[in-house]
Amino acid sequence: MHHPGTNNKVYKKINDNFEWSSENFKKISEIIKKYPSNRIQSAVIPLLDLAQRQNRGWLSKNSLEKVAETLSMSYIRVLEVATFYSMFNLEPIGKNFVQICRTTPCWLRGSDKLSRVAQEVCETNIGETSDDKKFTVVEVECLGACCNAPMVQINDDYYEDLDEKSFKKLLQDLKTNKSIKAGSQIGRKSSQPERKLDA
Amino acid sequence: MPSITIDNKKIEFENGMTVMQACELAGAEIPRFCYHEKLSIAGNCRMCLVEMEKGPPKPVASCAMPAGDGMVIKTDSEMVKKARKGVMEFLLINHPLDCPICDQGGECDLQDQAMYYGFDKTRYEENKRAVQNKNMGPLVKTIMTRCIHCTRCVRFSTEVAGVDDIGLLGRGENAEITTYLEKTIESELSGNVIDLCPVGALTSKPYAFKSRPWELTKTETYDVFDGIGSSIRIDTRGKKVLRALPRINEEINEEWISDKSRFAIDGLSRQRLDSVYTKLNGKLQKSNWDHAFSLIHDQIIKTGKQNSVFLSGKFTDAETLFAAKKFSESLKSFYYDCRFDNAQFIENSNESFKFNSTIQEIENSDAILLIGTNPRWEAAVLNARIRKAFLENNCQIGVIGPKVNQTYRYNHLSDSLNYLNKLSDGNTDFNKVLNNAKNPLIIIGTSAINTADGKKILETSAALAKKIQKNKDINPLNILYQDISRVGALELNFYNKYFDNNYNLQLKKHIDNNKPVVFLMGLDEVDLSILKNAYVVYLGHHGDQSASVADVILPTPAYTEKTSTYMNIEGRVIQTNKCHNPLGEAKEEWKIFRVLSNLINHQLKFNNLSELRDEITKNFNQFTSINELKPNKNITFAKVNKIDDIKIQYNINNFYMNDSISRSSETMALCTKDILNKAA
Repeated sequence: MHHPGTNNKVYKKINDNFEWSSENFKKISEIIKKYPSNRIQSAVIPLLDLAQRQNRGWLSKNSLEKVAETLSMSYIRVLEVATFYSMFNLEPIGKNFVQICRTTPCWLRGSDKLSRVAQEVCETNIGETSDDKKFTVVEVECLGACCNAPMVQINDDYYEDLDEKSFKKLLQDLKTNKSIKAGSQIGRKSSQPERKLDA
Repeated sequence: MPSITIDNKKIEFENGMTVMQACELAGAEIPRFCYHEKLSIAGNCRMCLVEMEKGPPKPVASCAMPAGDGMVIKTDSEMVKKARKGVMEFLLINHPLDCPICDQGGECDLQDQAMYYGFDKTRYEENKRAVQNKNMGPLVKTIMTRCIHCTRCVRFSTEVAGVDDIGLLGRGENAEITTYLEKTIESELSGNVIDLCPVGALTSKPYAFKSRPWELTKTETYDVFDGIGSSIRIDTRGKKVLRALPRINEEINEEWISDKSRFAIDGLSRQRLDSVYTKLNGKLQKSNWDHAFSLIHDQIIKTGKQNSVFLSGKFTDAETLFAAKKFSESLKSFYYDCRFDNAQFIENSNESFKFNSTIQEIENSDAILLIGTNPRWEAAVLNARIRKAFLENNCQIGVIGPKVNQTYRYNHLSDSLNYLNKLSDGNTDFNKVLNNAKNPLIIIGTSAINTADGKKILETSAALAKKIQKNKDINPLNILYQDISRVGALELNFYNKYFDNNYNLQLKKHIDNNKPVVFLMGLDEVDLSILKNAYVVYLGHHGDQSASVADVILPTPAYTEKTSTYMNIEGRVIQTNKCHNPLGEAKEEWKIFRVLSNLINHQLKFNNLSELRDEITKNFNQFTSINELKPNKNITFAKVNKIDDIKIQYNINNFYMNDSISRSSETMALCTKDILNKAA
């Protein structure tokens, strides 16, 4: 299965210049301060995350090299980390990064259907980006919200207790740039019981 | 001492050892892939599993487990056998069955160990994984599907070679070894990853599909491409040298050799001078020994015996030097010299041209001053030791000379030699470093001492060395020569004061005045215009620069074709072995001088190699004991001089091609193109 985060290659077709934004630049000095001065390489993961956020959700060649230069590491060492974690995307992704959990609890609760819905609404295949660049849909392993299965992660937020209908609506709203509500889609608070218990 | 029981045998071990090392002490061999003595411990192949009593209920990886007092280890129990079989089965799941077409076949760790621990058939029915091959440059061929992810190559390039080029990308089934964007490994030691690779994933590109290990004749000998004289093994088939591999020698090269030592050998079968040539009507033509000898004889008589010049080159061995010197003296000529790069030394002080501290001592050093030397190119293996000191002792390194990319961090002090004045005054920051260091060293390259001021610089550095010397047993003054011949030549007094200070100028003066016969013994590093008025006799094995201006060419064997004595930079006498017979009509140089002497005055008395060697050791007893070092602990010529503003220029421009053999090598030409010229 294709996934922009489980890829060992540096994407070379797009390579815009990458410079830290002034805001991120300040954050970096804060992050680096957390580590001993001779161990600043430890900051590679937070910095890669910053770079990925600044670079619209993926790491380009220049952003990887920028991280390496910021921490005076060699390029290959940074690439090793970036390829190890599937959360670091090494290919451009759409505006909404839809990660559908497909591990057992979600699967039992119908994640297959969600996956079908996503492909239909977003007009793309699993692991790919839609032509309008609005969606990248991937299937992932357990995201740790099994109580509220089935669930998906879109960008930084979890959307839980989904069924075909609610997920379809969610995606259509995203497609038309409407705002959507994160969390449980049936209105329960975190993982409280779904029905009121009999008194 | 703590003790450990291994297979019911109780042995004592030193604190800090791992279980694997203790097992080796006890004589129990542990199979391994990822563990390597010279590299950090990774513990990821799991082949070295052993059973530990009263320990965890599962087998432990012995390479990563520190040995403890009272441990009871079993290395041949049922559990161990089963565990290793399991590991081997996993390793073989994705390893292709292509041993018949694999270059590692016959010397493959995986193949050997699969014979002990492998199952006879596979239980795996899924698809095997396949990995794209990676480009790692002109030396290392990759077949990455064979890789078992031991990461020895990653650790070597990071730790020893000091270039963070190789890495392991991805994880799990997707893990791949590669260089960043598949660029060439830019290291002078990159060939060593081929030896380190326990399988056939990284193999030698020039040697690909050339031969099988069991077809080769293996000769243990020494390397001549730099001054340190690494221990190597030459693999030959017939009269062709196919491989050069390192031998373990803790005192010199540990387990590594440079890429030039390893790959320049293809130059040995190209551009070779295999027969006698003499000049007829301005053109070199094939001739025979008798004719050549009579020509040389006539010329020597014509131009005056006492004017004959004898110049040695990069690979000239002690036998040649001694025979040439004797011959020259018998002609009453004293125009012989070895200092083609004009590097100066102090007469009667043999510590002025040696690496006195010994190479091994670099490891213990915690401050090093490099003066006019680029050790990465001049002696790549020695440079790995400096890096080791840098990593292990946090060694502070100061450089006087142009900035170049080293494999360690250094303080660039100055481009000019007049910084020595400041160091003599003792007020610089680096003085503090040197004074505070427990074991400081000074390494002087030939680029610093190849001017008329060379002696002054040596004396001033010697004064500094004397000041910082902490341990009476370790002489901190080191001179790093780039060629294997020089220290031996200087020990044999193969020099004439006439050539002091400016070799080229003095040589030109002598040649222009006397138009003498000049014997070049493999010397190609000479300005050809100087030789215009000379009658040039070239004794060598490669048709390089000098051969083009020669009037007579006498073919001689290359370093793999004769047994010769050299002295390495430390003053260690090493004797190379003959790997195969010389090509064509080549004859050893000492035989040539012996015959010439017969024609002229019958002064050379030796009839064979052992008589010649006896004569050498009788006259120069420092050549008596082979492979032994008598360190020179005193510095006798210390004197503070005022040094002028001399800008250093390194006299090595191309690591890969700087002698007649490597200039003839295709592989080295490819390296120059792909690595040096690309980087520039």
